Amino acid sequence: MSFYPARRRRNALWMSLSVVSTLVGLCWLFLILAVLFWEGFDGLSLAVFTEMTPPPGSAGGLLNAIVGSLIMTVIGVAVGAPLGLLAGTYLAEYGRHEKLALVVRFINDILLSAPSIVVGLFIYQVVVAPMGHFSGIAGALALAVLVVPVVLRTTEDMLNLVPNTLREAGAALGMPRSLVIRRIGYRAARAGLVTGVLLAVARVSGETAPLLFTALNNQFWSTNLNGEMSSLPAVIFQFALSPYKEWQQLAWTGALIITLAVLAMSVTARALTARAIKR
Amino acid sequence: MTYGSPKDASMSEIAIPEINSSTQATRARIEVTRGFAVSDGLFRRLTQGAAVFVLVLLGGVIVSLIQGSIPAFEKFGLGFFTTEVWNPVTEKFGAGAAIYGTVVTSLIAMAIAVPIGLGIAVFLTELCPISLRRPIGIAIELLAGIPSIIYGIWGLFVFAPFLQQYIQPWLISIFGSVPIFSTLFSGAPYGIGMLTAGLILAIMVLPFVTAISRDVFETVPPMLKESAYGIGCTTWEVIKNVVIPYTRVGVIGGVMLGLGRALGETMAVTFVIGNAHKISASLLAPGTTISATIANEFTEAVGDLYTSSLIALGLILFIITFIVLAFARLMLLRLEQKAAR
Repeated sequence: MSFYPARRRRNALWMSLSVVSTLVGLCWLFLILAVLFWEGFDGLSLAVFTEMTPPPGSAGGLLNAIVGSLIMTVIGVAVGAPLGLLAGTYLAEYGRHEKLALVVRFINDILLSAPSIVVGLFIYQVVVAPMGHFSGIAGALALAVLVVPVVLRTTEDMLNLVPNTLREAGAALGMPRSLVIRRIGYRAARAGLVTGVLLAVARVSGETAPLLFTALNNQFWSTNLNGEMSSLPAVIFQFALSPYKEWQQLAWTGALIITLAVLAMSVTARALTARAIKR
Repeated sequence: MTYGSPKDASMSEIAIPEINSSTQATRARIEVTRGFAVSDGLFRRLTQGAAVFVLVLLGGVIVSLIQGSIPAFEKFGLGFFTTEVWNPVTEKFGAGAAIYGTVVTSLIAMAIAVPIGLGIAVFLTELCPISLRRPIGIAIELLAGIPSIIYGIWGLFVFAPFLQQYIQPWLISIFGSVPIFSTLFSGAPYGIGMLTAGLILAIMVLPFVTAISRDVFETVPPMLKESAYGIGCTTWEVIKNVVIPYTRVGVIGGVMLGLGRALGETMAVTFVIGNAHKISASLLAPGTTISATIANEFTEAVGDLYTSSLIALGLILFIITFIVLAFARLMLLRLEQKAAR
């Protein structure tokens, strides 16, 4: 029994280390957000949303970058999300126990964490190099490649949550399989499917690496998908590393905007999933 | 039979229109069913096609990278992997420094993120009041949601100067006389460098390690833990002797998943690594990683050999992360099967 105090002490030591590590883990989120607000909030004005990115040494905004980001994200999601949705449907509904589904699930999980810069190289090889120039559409396609695994994963997970009794009830009414999936499965999992798309948007809207050599960047207003296109992350990258005060300020402001948008989307997605699972 | 005929007639009278209407109905039904069969088959094929497309995507990535890197491998052969030189002017390229930087920064990241991540997972599953579990879990996971470039700009303007002013001089003075560590922490405190990149990576992979460790800790059957508590184990002993052994594969899977992320992380590292193509023993020295090299130099690369060498770097990175991530998934799959049994 003389062990007892020693064991208690050891337990207290390890448990307090665990508490400390939690505090250490939590502090980063607050540190980063605090710095972003501190540095970026001053620059936040109407001009940021209404003016173009300025030449070095003068004031301006981020309008072309924001619009470019929006365009490429929308196209990327519009291309990638349906693919992910359909593939996820296959894994959850048709191929639950098939070999193909196993392989696709495995590969998809790897693509989910694969380095995004490699996706940029891939799109450079298959789109930019044959076309001969950088373009907004190449950037959008690079983002689409990143969207697919996210949407696929969430779609599969969410369809798996739909109780089989619902499907059986549909089948008992004589509904064919595809209708059961579309009218019952999709409807029951609607919140979850939206979550998947939201998560995908959150993931790609902050991506820089795949855009660097697909869409490149553009100092001017452009909605031409065939030409180089500006994006918020690429502008932040360029401006933050520049020696000009105005550019650095804009980079911080852009960083604040992106972070707030992305975090808002992740929180919404989480709230939606929590609701979907509770039901 | 005379009385039978009107009955027969009436029966047939009733029966004939019935047959008529039912054949019509049957025809319509057959048509609808056939339509269903077609659209059903189409939808099935469509979803299957989308699933196969994922495989095509992976194949496309691999093929295009191999194709792009052929000139570089033809020129430099296997020496590409080990050569430290990276000189665009003389067109001599080697991946040595980039591979070294990638591995070292990722190892630093894992050495820090794994203990902290496991600590947080223990806190969340064993110590934390139920009402706080979700908020704390979400706060940690939000770290994963912050875009990589934000870590980069924060690292460059806030974290690196902080390290340069306070932490690095302290490290240099403390370890200056300890044999091995004195080389690890030698040189001037630049602020940016491999140590800084590794630390930022640690913060970035922390949420992945935490989330997966927590999830696998939760797969431990309560009965096992309760029986350990029942014979008088402390929380630490339960974790050491029950939870960790039970979930070992899963934890390894989570760690490998984090490692896969760390290896491929681009923007944050690009900001703080210093982009120097050399292998230095000191962790404080600037270096480079595969992804940072590609991000920095790809658009400026002139000449096919330069571009091809960068693509070859991308191929190496993809293969390394693919192996690590595949291993991670296999580990997690094994735990899942164990939990299902």
